[in-house]
Parts: sequence; structure tokens; C-alpha cells
Amino acid sequence: MKLAYWMYAGPAHIGTLRVATSFKNVHAIMHAPLGDDYFNVMRSMLERERNFTPVTTSVVDRHVLANGSQEKVVDNITRKDAEEHPDLIVLTPTCTSSILQEDLQNFVDRAQIDTKGDVLLADVNHYRVNELQAGDRTLQQIVQFYIEKARKHGDLSTEKTSEPSVNIIGISTLGFHNQHDCTELKRLMSDLGITVNAVIPEGASVHELKHLPRAWFNLVPYRELGLMTAKYLQSEFGIPFVDICPMGVVETARCLRTIQTILNQQGALVDYEHFIHDQTLYVSQAAWFSRSIDCQNLTGKKAVVFGDSTHAAAMTKILTREMGIHVVWAGTYCKYDSEWFQAQVEGFCDQVLITDDNGAVGDAIARAEPSAIFGTQMERHVGKRLNIPCGVIAAPIHIQNFPIGYKPFLGYEGTNQIADLVYNSFTLGMEDHLLEIFGGHDTKEVIQKTISADSDLNWNREAQSELNKIPGFVRGKVKRNTEKFARDRGFSEITLDVMYAAKEAVGA
Amino acid sequence: MTVAQPETQPQGLNFECETGNYHTFCPISCVAWLYQKIEDSFFLVIGTKTCGYFLQNAMGVMIFAEPRYAMAELEEGDISAQLNDYEELKRLCLQIKRDRNPSVIVWIGTCTTEIIKMDLEGLAPKLEAEINIPIVVARANGLDYAFTQGEDTVLAAMAGRCPDKAPTSDGEKGERHAIHKLLQFGRKPEDVAAEETGYVQHPPLVLFGSLPDPVVTQLTLELKKQGIKVSGWLPTKRYTELPVIEEGYYVSGVNPFLSRTASTLMRRRKCKLIGAPFPIGPDGTRAWIEKICSVFGITPTGLAEREQMIWESLEDYVKLIRGKSVFFMGDNLLEISLARFLIRCGMTCPEIGIPYMDKRYQSAELALLEKTCHEMDVPMPTIVEKPDNYNQIQRIDDLCPDLVITGMAHANPLEARGINTKWSVEFTFAQIHGFSNARDILELVTRPLRRNHVLKDLGWDKLVRETVTAVN
Repeated sequence: MKLAYWMYAGPAHIGTLRVATSFKNVHAIMHAPLGDDYFNVMRSMLERERNFTPVTTSVVDRHVLANGSQEKVVDNITRKDAEEHPDLIVLTPTCTSSILQEDLQNFVDRAQIDTKGDVLLADVNHYRVNELQAGDRTLQQIVQFYIEKARKHGDLSTEKTSEPSVNIIGISTLGFHNQHDCTELKRLMSDLGITVNAVIPEGASVHELKHLPRAWFNLVPYRELGLMTAKYLQSEFGIPFVDICPMGVVETARCLRTIQTILNQQGALVDYEHFIHDQTLYVSQAAWFSRSIDCQNLTGKKAVVFGDSTHAAAMTKILTREMGIHVVWAGTYCKYDSEWFQAQVEGFCDQVLITDDNGAVGDAIARAEPSAIFGTQMERHVGKRLNIPCGVIAAPIHIQNFPIGYKPFLGYEGTNQIADLVYNSFTLGMEDHLLEIFGGHDTKEVIQKTISADSDLNWNREAQSELNKIPGFVRGKVKRNTEKFARDRGFSEITLDVMYAAKEAVGA
Repeated sequence: MTVAQPETQPQGLNFECETGNYHTFCPISCVAWLYQKIEDSFFLVIGTKTCGYFLQNAMGVMIFAEPRYAMAELEEGDISAQLNDYEELKRLCLQIKRDRNPSVIVWIGTCTTEIIKMDLEGLAPKLEAEINIPIVVARANGLDYAFTQGEDTVLAAMAGRCPDKAPTSDGEKGERHAIHKLLQFGRKPEDVAAEETGYVQHPPLVLFGSLPDPVVTQLTLELKKQGIKVSGWLPTKRYTELPVIEEGYYVSGVNPFLSRTASTLMRRRKCKLIGAPFPIGPDGTRAWIEKICSVFGITPTGLAEREQMIWESLEDYVKLIRGKSVFFMGDNLLEISLARFLIRCGMTCPEIGIPYMDKRYQSAELALLEKTCHEMDVPMPTIVEKPDNYNQIQRIDDLCPDLVITGMAHANPLEARGINTKWSVEFTFAQIHGFSNARDILELVTRPLRRNHVLKDLGWDKLVRETVTAVN
């Protein structure tokens, strides 16, 4: 048993559902108790999704527990197949129902007899892996399923496209700024003359998966999702992959140069040096920002970084290498990936922190007393308590990570966004000096505004304490309206009765 | 009079049980409001990552609740029974006691503790004695309960912890009221005495249901106006101040999802339940007060005028929804009361979905719903227990209701199909009880209609089409 106040990565079934529902026309059936289906809420609310989330819960209740669930699950699969004609139905249990140790594969096999679409059981251990690992595994499982199916039917397309092409692997629903990153990556590939053969899983049809081998290489921007698939495609078809996240000016250049090498090895003759040069100097404002006078005061400022491996490693490098900020420690909650993370941030920070205990992270922040934090929503919260600004750079996702405007983290536009994030997180330039000289913006306590200074209204004890129970942001309005009401009616004392009468009369 | 005996089944209401695949929140979500209500509590949810991530991401409570709420996350060793449950829970509770020192630890059992048959009720008394801190066990699991019923499981468990005797000896009394006296400091004795007068002599009454403090005060005051004294509320702001419940006390619920608490109070504490419609909407509030008055042989005064006044003040909202239809997909068990109020406002309601329907505990409310339909001369709604969301969406397509009150998962997709929606969960968190809060219910209900009114001139297709005007 573990005392947990916060989770950096969700449970396994969330990863599976993120992948399954990212595909077009794929439905997921959850074998789970009532209330375990909050994935639908997250997707519908955070992504502002216009369609019903293609996830149906086959509800496990006391009755199912007593009588077994076989018929129910099979019925629900065949029902959904008939109702919505999905290409694929993915069945997944949750932490809870996986303990029942039912033979779900058998349910799938039985349902498959009557369904037009394919049926697949997501093969993950719900107690050993988290959301990220389960998503990675499910994507690989689905890709493998359709590659093998195509191979059996003899319609696997392995012939390379005539022009250099790429599969972008790992863009999914409920990912951290995934949609905007995807747009940016597509633009980047198009600028480089590389055709996008497929983007998976977001928006892809499972029927397209048999064409994956046509790409010249695979790009895996986030190592948390897609690496297993890329490795599978490499071992099956020898397709090389690039897993350098193009985040920040330097890493983007490194990613593009690796792509250049891979393409040239396959007989293309490409040279991206001019492109990298132009983008760095003229498209990205980040390189200039780091050299501007405003950024001078960032030199040597202390920051800490925490997040998933991809974002935390990239951010550490950007802060240290591109902005001259002193990263006191960098950390990740992807404990299973600690070796890679340590190698990546080696030399870019004083210390490394690998943990999924938010308390330990909070303590480490308090000890370091940095000028800014770059972390997750949890660190933003810690920052608020310690009065240290925090820029959010990694999942767990939050409604703020689904902005209406264009805010990618990757590619050259991403470098601008990150520069803004850093700029806005620190107090900068003249502001820094003014704060020091004058000791803050507001040196006087704000005086409570009242409607008139010579108020002859008296709040009695109960009413006053009732008033104090009202949330601060509306308290002023309630007070004003109640006093106006009392004055209009000639009350000199405000009692609870007057207060509620005012509420009824004027909605105070 | 005291409704232990089931009232006659209302005729005309059509009940169905679809036993479909439906979405609602997990009952452990009650932690979100109960930890705020009971200020000296600590809630420990004993479950898996799935439970924790729900509270963190879907409910968004974890980050704020942190000091008084945590997960006891079950790991592989716990599931496979390699670890000793007692020792593990002891380790966690000792840490909680050391770090937070709450007055009570509430263990929230989940589906997982049910499936692995963890004997929480058996472990708690032993551990309580060993670490010397009260432990209340509530099984708020999704196998047996839905959403708001989580509160029911907690209150039912707490009902067992209410003192069963009012303190008698002076010494004890003195001690118990020491703090009370401190708070009274500076007030003349006659003030305090005056507070006690103005009440009619009646057997003690305890109300149950978790409501925000201002609403507790409002309802207490409404009853005071009729001379009725509320001896206590379950729950209280502090666990240490749970109300005394003696055999023969009268109890009444303020929420429609508390049937288990009601039966616990009747069977275990031998209380008399006053089965009334719930104090939601001016009609419900009046009926609730009238029922309590009738039990105590009091003739209520001024209630009809009061209700009338409230209706008049609501007219600006009511006129927006009069003659329109509302469809409840079913989520928080407040559906019957809200539908009854909205029908009284002049709406029609073809279907009330509800996760669970206790016809006995809700009998007075159902009767009032039926009466309201008759008086307003509208068709009786169909009450669909455990609805199938997919089928409901087909029915919504056919009926085209003016408003659908639904869980969060379906709101955006319905809006995208041109159906006005309101999140049912807002009614769970808003202050909707009593006379004056009826306005808040209508504020919520009319918001989608008012929003659309604001946007209506734009429409979707002529949003940016400029009508050509001559420029001079």
C-alpha cells in the first residue's frame, strides 16, 4: 500500500483508451464498475470533443460479480459492432476488473465469431505499468495486429514511396499539446520536402496501418508513446527511426540532421543546413531572445525542471544551453526510463531527481529555492504555495493544455512558445530592479471598498459570521446588495433574516 | 404520520429499469464535498490508481484537498494478499495521524476492496483501539452505488458514531459546553435564554444530509420560524460535535440519495423518520416544512405567502422556461426533486433517468411529483432507472427536448448536435436547497437558454457574413 496524494501518470487503461480512441472508427469497451469510465469525461471536456467518446462501459455490478460477466461483455461487443460498425473494438479491463481474472481473451474470441469488425483484447498488466507504458504497448499491439493481418491477406505494402516519407508515431488524444505539435511537425516535414506517410494513432484509420512500411523512416517525438511501435517496425521491416524530440533550437537541429543522415543513407540527396540556419535565425525568435538585453538578467538564475522524460530532458537542455539559466536539478517521474534521462541531462544540471512522489519533488523545490520552476500542474501548485513562478511543461494534462490558440512545444514555432513561457515565468529586466528598490508592487494593504464611508448599518454577530462564510469573490457584492436592501427598507441592523430577505428580493 | 410504513405507490408514474450501460461519477467523489464539510476529518480512499486518477483529473479535487485527503494505493502485493492489510493500513494511518492529526479518519472502501474482500469493518475497530483515533468505514464502491450515494455510505457509517445519550450530569455538561460558553462570552445571559424561547415543545429533531453551512443556517431558520428546533445535523462541521441521537428522536433527510442513512437511523438508532418531499424549490421546501410541522402537530404559518412571494420573485426566470421541455439523463439522484420543481415552473418532462430509485425513501417526493403533474396538467414523466445512455440519445433525437440535464461526458456532443444541456454535477455542488436558493437552480437551468438567446442573432452560418451596406 502506498500513501499517495497525487499521480503523475494515470492508470494503464487510460493509456489504452487514449490510443484506441485516437484512431478513427475504433470503439473501446471497458469491462469495469460504474464510475471507472471517467475517460469519457476527460476526453469530452478537455478536448471539447463534438462526438460521443467511442468508449462504452460494460458495467460490472454486484450482479455481474455473482454470476460472471461473460454474456454481458460478449453481448456488449456484438451490440456495439452492430450499432456503430467500428473497424475495431478494443476490450480493456481496469485495475479493478483485472483482478477478477476472467478469461477476457475467450470473450474476445467468442465475440469475434459474430462481429463484422475486428476485436482485440488490450494486453497490459494493470498493476505493473502506468498510462504511458500501456499506451505505448497498445499502439504496438494494434499496429502488429494489422501488419500481420495484411501479411496473411497478402496486401501488405512494403514498397517505399518514391519521395522521402515519414510516419509520425505517438500523436494521441489527451496528450500534452499533441494536436499543435502535430501541426507543427507536419509543417516542418513539408518544409523539408518529406511526405507524411501516416500519423498514428490520432485520426488514423486502422486500414492505413498496412501502408506503414512504405515510409523511409519513423519519427517518434515523445519517447513515452510510440517507441515500441518504432522498434517493432524496425525489427520487422528495417525502418530506421528518429527519437530525438525536436524541442528547442539545438535539439530541433539535431533531430533534422539525424533525419538528413538517414535519408541520405537511403539514397536521397538532401541538405538541411540552410533550412536549419534560416529557421534558427529568422523564424525562431528564441535564438535572438536569448541574446537580447532583456534576457541578460536570466544569466545564472536558478531553475528546477520536472516532468515526463521527453519534456523534462528537452527543457533542461534549453534552459542551460540556450538561455544560460542554472538548472539546479532536473527530474522525471518516468522511473522506468531513468537511465535514458540521466544520460540526457548529464552535464546540464547539478542534480537529477527520479521519483513519482510529489512530496519529494515539493521538498526538493523548497530546498533549492529556485527563481522559477518548470514542471507539471503539481509543481505549479507547489510554486503557488512557495510563491515561486512555474511554467507548465509536461503532463498530467489540464484544461490549460488545450488552448484554443496555437501553442506547440515542438519545432521552430515551439521554440517561440517556450521562450514566451520562460520569459513570463521569471521577473525580468527593469522589473527585477524596481522590485528590489521599491520592495514590491503593492506595499499598502488594500482597503476594503464599501458603498459609503459613513455607513450607519450594523451587522449583528450571526449575520457577520454568515457573511464571512460567503466565498470572498462574491462577498463584496452580497454585502453591498444586502446593505442597499436594508437601507431601502429602513433597517438599521442587519440580521440573518434581513440577509436572506435581501437574497430573496434582489438575489444578493 | 411518521413514514416507516411505505405510502401507497403513486399511480400514473411510469417506472422502467433499463439496466443499461450508463455513465455517472464514481461514489468516491463524495470525498470532494465531505472533506470540506467535515473540517477535522481525513479521508483515506483505499483503492487503485484508477480511483486516484479519477479524483485527481475528472473531479480535480486532489490538488486542493491534499492536506486532508489521500489514496491508500493498492499495489500488486496487496492484491495478491502477500502483504498484511492490517499492518499496511496501520502504517498509513499512523503516518496520517503524525502528519495531520485529524479527529477522524474515514476509510473509503472501493470496488477493489470489495473484490479482494478486504475486511475493512473488521480491521477498523482493532486499529482504532491501537492507534487511538476514530476510524469510520464507508463502502462507497461502484459495484453497489452511484455518484452521490457515496455520501449516503459515509453518513450511514457516521450515524453509528453519534452519541446516544445527551450528557446528563452537570460536570459532564459543563465540560461539553465549555467551548460553547467561551463563544457566548460577553453576551448577557438573558440573550442566550431568549434564544431558547420561541420554540414549541416537540421531540428532538435531527436533520441529515451534507449541505454547505449557509444552507444549513437557512433551513434551520425556516424551521425556527415555525417554532421547530433542530437539535443537530448529520454531518456536523466537526466530527467531534456529531449530534446526540437517542432512541425515539425524529430524523428527516434533506437529500434524495440518503436512503441507507435513513434506514440505518431507523433500524439501528430506532429513530422515527419523517418522510417528506425534499426542500428543493419553493414548492418542495414548503412541503418539507409542512410535513415536519404536521408530525409535531404544529400549524405552519405564513408558508403559502412565503412560497407565493418566492414564485413572484422567480418570474423573470420562470417565464424563460415555461412551456419548454427538459430531459434528465440521470446522474446524481437529485433528478426527481429537480423535475418536480421544473414541472411546477411550467416545464414538461418526458423522461427522468436516475441511477437508482428507492421508491420508499422517495415516496413523498414521488407523490408530490405526481400531484404536481396533475395540477400543472402535463403528462407524467417516465422514470428510467439505470438507463442506457445509447438508447437515451436515440430518444433525445426523437423528442428534441429544449434542455437535457446530463453528466459531463455527454454535454459537449449534445451541444454539438444543437441540444441545450446543463451539467447535472452543477446541481450537486450548487446551493439548491430552501426557499431563497430556488433562484440559483433557475439561474443554472436557464443559463443555456439565455446563452443561446445571446448568440441567436449570430447563428452558425451567417456568423461572419456581412450584409452589404451602402457607404456614403
